Amino acid sequence: MADPMRIRAQASGDKATVRVLMSHEMESGQRKDAAGNTVPAWFIQEVTATHNGKQVLAAEWGPAVSKNPFLQFSVKGAKAGDKIAVTWKDNKGATRTDEATVS
Amino acid sequence: MQTRRETLKQSAVVAGLLATAGFPQFAHAAFNKAAFDAKSVQDAVKAAGGTSLAESKDVTITGPDIAENGAVVPLGASTALPGVKHMLILVEKNPAALVAMFHVSDAVDASFSTRAKMGQSSDVYAVAIMNDGKALWAKKEVKVTLGGCGG
Repeated sequence: MADPMRIRAQASGDKATVRVLMSHEMESGQRKDAAGNTVPAWFIQEVTATHNGKQVLAAEWGPAVSKNPFLQFSVKGAKAGDKIAVTWKDNKGATRTDEATVS
Repeated sequence: MQTRRETLKQSAVVAGLLATAGFPQFAHAAFNKAAFDAKSVQDAVKAAGGTSLAESKDVTITGPDIAENGAVVPLGASTALPGVKHMLILVEKNPAALVAMFHVSDAVDASFSTRAKMGQSSDVYAVAIMNDGKALWAKKEVKVTLGGCGG
């Protein structure tokens, strides 16, 4: 299984800013290896985020998102102590979920 | 303060729960392959459900003027308008224009930042697709001194 995500959620006012750093190769499908064969695309396709178990965000990504992707968004109404969980799923079907507490 | 061990333990529990209960709210629309295969900005926006394209001052795209490394270009898209359905980030001259599509809900701000790969200097677009299908866009030119696609 892939390395854990780094999630940082900080409350400010009535919302919380969430920053996520995922660990993923994000192969674009454009590159060629030493033998001239195309390296098949391998990238995160779906990202979802939940706030205390309720889904707040869904995103679809293409292979043009950078390696070890970064994502920042803000959740309305989240306060210190709330749980933010982020899940990704790549085009090979691998998936990972990590959770953080808003501070 | 949580220790790393506790965090790992918790995430294992969460993953276990997800695996067993299958949380129905995690099911959402299938990956929009057509939009991500589209070569041009217009085609990608159409495939994502936008009908009429219009430039708008209410949508902002953030990014560097010059990106030294095309493999990691920080890009952000945001708008303060109500009734946004999707936010899109696109790079015009990439092999496939669409970088990321965010489904906006009531619980999040229509403001996202991420990092993109860029093959060459290009215009980058932020597109807000409204609930009525209108697609409002803003663009910015980003110069890349070292490409991020290809070897």
